[in-house]
Amino acid sequence: MRPARLSRWWLAAGVASVLATLVLGVSLGPVSLPPAAVVLELLGLESGLDEREAAIVTQIRLPRVLLGLLVGGMLALAGGCFQGVFRNPLADPYLIGIAAGAGLGATAAIVLRLDNSIMPVFAFLGALLAAVTAYALGSARNLILAGVAIASFLSAIQTYLLQRNVDTILEVYSWLLGRLATDGYGDVWQLVPYVAVASIVVLALRRELDVLSVGDAEAASLGLHPQRSRLILLGAAALGTAAAVAVSGLIAFVGIIVPHMVRMLAGTSYRTILPLSLLFGGAFLALADLGARTIIAPGELPIGVVTAFFGAPFFILVMRTSKAVPL
Amino acid sequence: MLAATSVHVSLDGNAILRGVDLAVAEGEWVTIIGPNGAGKSTFLRAVGGFLPYSGSILLSGTETGAHSRRQRARIVASVAQQPVVPPGIRVFDYVLLGRTPYIPLLGRESLQDLSIVEERLHALDLLPFASRRLDTLSGGERQRVYLARALAQSAPLLLLDEPTSALDIGHQQEVLELVDGLRRAHGLTVLATMHDLSLAGEYADRLVLMSDGTVAASGPPSAVLTEELLRSHYRANVRVIDADFGPVVVPVR
Repeated sequence: MRPARLSRWWLAAGVASVLATLVLGVSLGPVSLPPAAVVLELLGLESGLDEREAAIVTQIRLPRVLLGLLVGGMLALAGGCFQGVFRNPLADPYLIGIAAGAGLGATAAIVLRLDNSIMPVFAFLGALLAAVTAYALGSARNLILAGVAIASFLSAIQTYLLQRNVDTILEVYSWLLGRLATDGYGDVWQLVPYVAVASIVVLALRRELDVLSVGDAEAASLGLHPQRSRLILLGAAALGTAAAVAVSGLIAFVGIIVPHMVRMLAGTSYRTILPLSLLFGGAFLALADLGARTIIAPGELPIGVVTAFFGAPFFILVMRTSKAVPL
Repeated sequence: MLAATSVHVSLDGNAILRGVDLAVAEGEWVTIIGPNGAGKSTFLRAVGGFLPYSGSILLSGTETGAHSRRQRARIVASVAQQPVVPPGIRVFDYVLLGRTPYIPLLGRESLQDLSIVEERLHALDLLPFASRRLDTLSGGERQRVYLARALAQSAPLLLLDEPTSALDIGHQQEVLELVDGLRRAHGLTVLATMHDLSLAGEYADRLVLMSDGTVAASGPPSAVLTEELLRSHYRANVRVIDADFGPVVVPVR
């Protein structure tokens, strides 16, 4: 009998979904390009695209799609990680106030007119503050309530900061609604190291999350240091969340629906949930972004609106049709 | 195997254990009995290394607190009073959790880990349930799965905190017979706590009566299950009947 670790088929499906959304996201837009040519161009081969089309592929659409993959993968991975750390299927960067903490930190950075590269650090400090508070206050049972309180409190401070600095309100609000910027690779490179560190730490400890699912006392009797593992995981996931929030603003729903769908379809072990959340989360957000920039083209919808509009009904559909829903 | 001397434990400023002396020889089955709040479970948790204590608890000659968590998990395996059942987990994966102290931090389980899990499932007649979800099994089946996980730790000392409290009389017997068979087959040492006195006496080599944080009596079941001891420590009015299989404790109105 095989243990519940990631099956090759699911891994292949995850990678395929990422590649498919990559090609689709780069091909579609105000100017539609043939996917075959796009693939060749991305591989650096002779594609038959003219100079302007090639620039659309490599300079405009590719960085944005990559950013979507990174942000979505990070938020979904962090969501899955929080669910394991708090042993609560509803734990999500938004519901437990961690995104609000990151938002407050980022707002402070904007209001203080700090350099853009400092923003993730501020966001991380805010996220960590919220995460540690949620961890200290919330038992498994009232975690969500504690999170709602934390989020409201932090948003109150954030609103206060904004009212005192009305000149930056527009900048902060356009960021708060969630957006993937199109100014080349700047955001992508800014995000990559954070996502890399956070994913490596979380994925390396994914088996420990399975052990933690029997509770701290029993996990300790199996040779673990539950508090230590939880804090490392919490710190790594908060770091990744903060970096994602700093570049893309508040995009809700990804951190909860993606890990859930993976759990329902592919299995309840974190050894499956976490790597697949990273892949499918990326694909999901890149796809949502494609919707955001094509549905009312040439206008653009905030991406958070698209994730909620398509994510929620799809989530309900999967929940209702799936036989075993281990919530 | 286990030698505890003058063990004191305080929780939130209340002295729960006040100088417990208790030794368990290798291969022995010792069951701790005693009224609610006597400190039975607390003592098991101290032995497992999960509570700060003063005094000394030697596991195979080494202080339990001096072992690393992983080392200790290879020496002591415990079955909690009410183990947590993670939603959706399969029996096989649950039992595999018992191999955690042998799996490297960043590694995965070896073929040997998997074959040990299969062997334990086989020993407890659980192979047909291997791919079932644990939360769909009955109470008696689950108790066997908890045992299988503890046995997968391949630890010589087994701590059982009220292993039968959730079971009907038939399943109680079944589980205790299983434990007895396994300890003979694998040379295990068993330290258990139990509330059912007659049943405790039937399976243990030795009973330890704990009362108010200390050991009040210790010895073969017939020496500990006496009307006088039970009256003074449990405040219970009982008759102890000598049957050919051991003392039977019957409550009297």
